[in-house]
Amino acid sequence: MNVVAPFEGIGVSVKRKEDLRFLSGRGQYTDDIVRPGQTYAYILRSPHAHARINRIDTAAAQASPGVVAVYTGADLAAIGGLPCGWQIHNKDGSPMAEPKHPVLAEGKVRHVGDPVAVVIADSRERAKDAAETILVDYEVLPAAATMQAALAPGAPAIHDGIAGNLCYDWHIGDKAVNDAAFAAAAKVVTFETTNNRLVPNAMEPRAAIGDYDTTTGEHTLFTTSQNPHVIRLLMGAFVLQIPESKLRVVAPDVGGGFGSKIYHYAEEAIVTWAAARLGRPVKWTADRSESFMSDAHGRDHVTKASLALDANGKILALRVHTQANMGAYLSTFAPCVPTYLYATLLAGVYTTPTIYCEVKAVFTNTVPVDAYRGAGRPEATFLLERLMDVAAKETGIDRVELRRRNFIPADAFPYQTPVALQYDSGDYQSTLDEALATADWAGFEARRAEAARRGKLRGIGVSTYLEACGIAPSAVVGSLGARAGLYEVGTIRVHPTGSVTVLTGAHSHGQGHETTFAQLVSDRLGVPVAQVDVVHGDTAKIPFGMGTYGSRSLAVGGSAMFKAMDKIIAKGKKIAAHLMEASVDDVEFDRGTFRVAGTDKTKSLGEIALTAYVPHNYPIEEIEPGLDETAFYDPKNFTYPGGCHIAEVEIDPDTGRVAVVQFTAVDDVGRVINPMIVEGQVQGGVAQGIGQALLEHAVYDTNGQLLSGSMMDYTMPRADDLPNVGVATHTTLCTHNPLGVKGCGEVGAIGSPPAVINAVVDALRDYGVSHVEMPATPDRIWGIINAGRKMAAE
Amino acid sequence: MYDFAYHKPTSVADAVKLLAADPDARPISGGHTLLPALKHRLNKPSSVVDLSGIAELKGIRREGDRIVIGAMAKHKEIAESAEVQAAIPALAKMAGSIGDIQVRNRGTIGGSVANNDPAADYPAAVLALGATVVTSKRRIAADEFFQGMFTTALQPDELLVAIEFPVPQRAGYAKMRNPASRYVMAGAFVAKIADGVRVAINGAGPGVFRQKAMEAALSANWSPDAVANIKQPADGLNSDIHGSAEYRAHLVTVMAKRAVADAG
Ligand SMILES: Cc1cc2nc3c(=O)[nH]c(=O)nc-3n(C[C@H](O)[C@H](O)[C@H](O)COP(=O)(O)OP(=O)(O)OC[C@H]3O[C@@H](n4cnc5c(N)ncnc54)[C@H](O)[C@@H]3O)c2cc1C
Repeated sequence: MNVVAPFEGIGVSVKRKEDLRFLSGRGQYTDDIVRPGQTYAYILRSPHAHARINRIDTAAAQASPGVVAVYTGADLAAIGGLPCGWQIHNKDGSPMAEPKHPVLAEGKVRHVGDPVAVVIADSRERAKDAAETILVDYEVLPAAATMQAALAPGAPAIHDGIAGNLCYDWHIGDKAVNDAAFAAAAKVVTFETTNNRLVPNAMEPRAAIGDYDTTTGEHTLFTTSQNPHVIRLLMGAFVLQIPESKLRVVAPDVGGGFGSKIYHYAEEAIVTWAAARLGRPVKWTADRSESFMSDAHGRDHVTKASLALDANGKILALRVHTQANMGAYLSTFAPCVPTYLYATLLAGVYTTPTIYCEVKAVFTNTVPVDAYRGAGRPEATFLLERLMDVAAKETGIDRVELRRRNFIPADAFPYQTPVALQYDSGDYQSTLDEALATADWAGFEARRAEAARRGKLRGIGVSTYLEACGIAPSAVVGSLGARAGLYEVGTIRVHPTGSVTVLTGAHSHGQGHETTFAQLVSDRLGVPVAQVDVVHGDTAKIPFGMGTYGSRSLAVGGSAMFKAMDKIIAKGKKIAAHLMEASVDDVEFDRGTFRVAGTDKTKSLGEIALTAYVPHNYPIEEIEPGLDETAFYDPKNFTYPGGCHIAEVEIDPDTGRVAVVQFTAVDDVGRVINPMIVEGQVQGGVAQGIGQALLEHAVYDTNGQLLSGSMMDYTMPRADDLPNVGVATHTTLCTHNPLGVKGCGEVGAIGSPPAVINAVVDALRDYGVSHVEMPATPDRIWGIINAGRKMAAE
Repeated sequence: MYDFAYHKPTSVADAVKLLAADPDARPISGGHTLLPALKHRLNKPSSVVDLSGIAELKGIRREGDRIVIGAMAKHKEIAESAEVQAAIPALAKMAGSIGDIQVRNRGTIGGSVANNDPAADYPAAVLALGATVVTSKRRIAADEFFQGMFTTALQPDELLVAIEFPVPQRAGYAKMRNPASRYVMAGAFVAKIADGVRVAINGAGPGVFRQKAMEAALSANWSPDAVANIKQPADGLNSDIHGSAEYRAHLVTVMAKRAVADAG
């Protein structure tokens, strides 16, 4: 019987292979791992935002029941600080200020949650008991909890020798050209906004286990990471001086990251170091409160911008001044987020001829801030898309029309922006048209009137956005200050019987790589998805890799796999040519079958694989046995997903509560491999975007205490806060990677916040509002409505 | 969590004995408030007296013109009770609106009322309906029972046994949830009972309180419009990152209006 296997390649919504394991509770997360003789670390953290440590007395803790060891900064003074992976230069060419980020506090604490000491005991509770007996003599110092406070004259110095708490003062663009364009403008629109600070809140808190083999001298770190090789590099080379050959980093199943698990954290170094010192495994798992005060936060910009337009609403120039909060120390990639992932995006989808942007990065007594889903691009998009609506209002040009007049036309690609990037493809008119039609933009006024009859204020908002992901060409990022390359590595291992193992340097922590990547292989090599296993997250198994962030896994990691498949096919052709006594040039390959062109002579991939591993009849002089190929793929450019998001909201004017009642996303993410996974990624991103727009806010008081330090006060989006999100894709192919893919991991979080706020402002059109800051909480909205009513009454 | 001893008595008398013998002992019912506090090491009881084995504390029944709810009745049982639904539908609806399904399956009315969290739901119903709190020692009128934030008339060795709710002629409840915790940010329970009209406000202040101006207005004219223009002073109300005192004061009026509409 000839059973035709279902096609499981590109474009099919194959069910996620990993879900059986996750849904049946059989995922293996770091905290699930138990090593023989394991001990437990508890980290004592600073309760103060800024204090000098005069003395730490750990005597009682050392003597506490079950305690194995207690360490403070003094014990770790010999090891390096946590490194920063990106160096930005100031306007004058000098390098940014880069203070030491000690693993455990040395003499001073700089944010609430800063690690001060570690207690290692035979149980977590006993470690905690002992930690409570540690006496820390703090001399509390004035704190600078906001950028405004940190930049004020006479502000407390967070790091010795860093004047004015300034990390860098950077700019991009030609100021003179920009000034001239403003001088000639018919209309200048100004806008100020604060991009709210967020806590990533991955479902799985961070965890780490250090293990040390006293016989081989090999260190193993199990950690909740998005990029185990990067951690091996940073921790091995910069912090603990362990050669790669003696350091294995494993990132097993990881329950969400959103960026917060990219970075190298103190706890990873602590458990690795302590395990070697003690000769026993050391495990640390954060509780939720610890996550709030120790995971890198996201966003936190204060921006002033001006837009210059001609009399027809054509944009002439954009000028932006941004202050970006770095927190107390530089997290791994923090400096690049408000510069090369933000200012370079300020052209958006528009033909703005000149852009000038200044960014001051500021140290404050808060948790370090780094990339969080979207990283820089949501900040740029929010700014631009709010600015477009403000400009529409001030010029009297319809907001959709104003966007259309300024779009980069579909035939203008490749398109060079004035802020370094060159877009390869896109079609912004089409994504806009499709979204307007799906959202029934034209029929909105009827819905507004119907809502008004129910006493509700209804508004609609649009955002036409673009982002840059698939990071990134190594030479380019190197010239911009990256201290690493950003290629990706893929191995295709065809086994003797034709099944395939894929090794990838990308890491899946919710994205569904085990399925999508298997589909890529299935599509090209004709192997059923069930026979393609994707292995990731272990430096002992994977040749190398840079990990998953910036929606790069498919565009860069998938392309590496594609290149490795090229090699498999090329080698397979040689073997096939030998077996079929043909010239290599005459052998064709299509989905698992090698054929001598124009004949019915064929060999299957399985036959070729078997021959490669059992090379009895084999061109052994020409090629080696085996069918196992690795490719390092360095992308030629960023990829540029873009599209249009439309939000419709209803506000209850009595309470100020905003409900998103309809949401439409039409995204161009390049070629779609698995539509179901893309839809899930967009929906998740939109949920986080609505979270940023309406709900989430990490708030510090003036003393640097985190007021929203738990789920009781930090509003995570929940199912009933979210509408049904209509997701559609409109594809233009990426022109520079072999798959034509762009990336879908962040578009939802990038495009949605301004669409929601534009809708909120639209709903409040009768209240004299030109802007509403995020999050648009009921309290904030009611304040606006109340002020509007008062004004009307006066 | 710190170490503690665990007891599971089967009678109120035994439970009270355990509590009287040890001033650092704490009763536990659903544990949905106490356990998180223990986990965060905010509380260090020497022993925990589990009330779940005491039959006297359970059950919901109608006794004449009163609904009597045992301290250990869970939110879900109250929400689904045919007696409560028939006699005080606003109370059943309130119970069904607390937290999420897990909370409603564990949390108890006794634990909630004894805890007197200013942002909790039940205290508003207890106060507005003029209920009587029955304890292991005495009967306490609602007006005497609630004494401000997390404070009640209960003594350390006194157990809340049941709550007796008079069946009202009308009652309604409305609340605005805190966006993060989903506890009450401002709520109003309005009731018309034999003694007159009572309005209790929760969430907005440091403890549940009666809104006398609204009571007077509703006594004269039971309609949402009657309270629409009664302004709650913002003085003394809670103010935090979720809402200013002024906002909460405004919500009190909105919720009172909605509660009257809800009562019909
Ligand atoms: C996620 C979550 C969401 C929630 N949302 C809401 C909400 O929206 N609205 C709301 O009202 N509540 C909410 N709660 C609280 C919930 O209703 C709790 O059940 C309630 O606060 C306490 O009841 P319990 O039975 O769990 O009490 P426990 O936690 O067991 O005890 C609470 C306190 O009362 C004491 N106590 C318990 N029983 C007695 C007794 N019989 N006599 C004397 N003292 C006693 C205990 O010693 C303790 O001090 C929420 C809780 C959680 C975890």
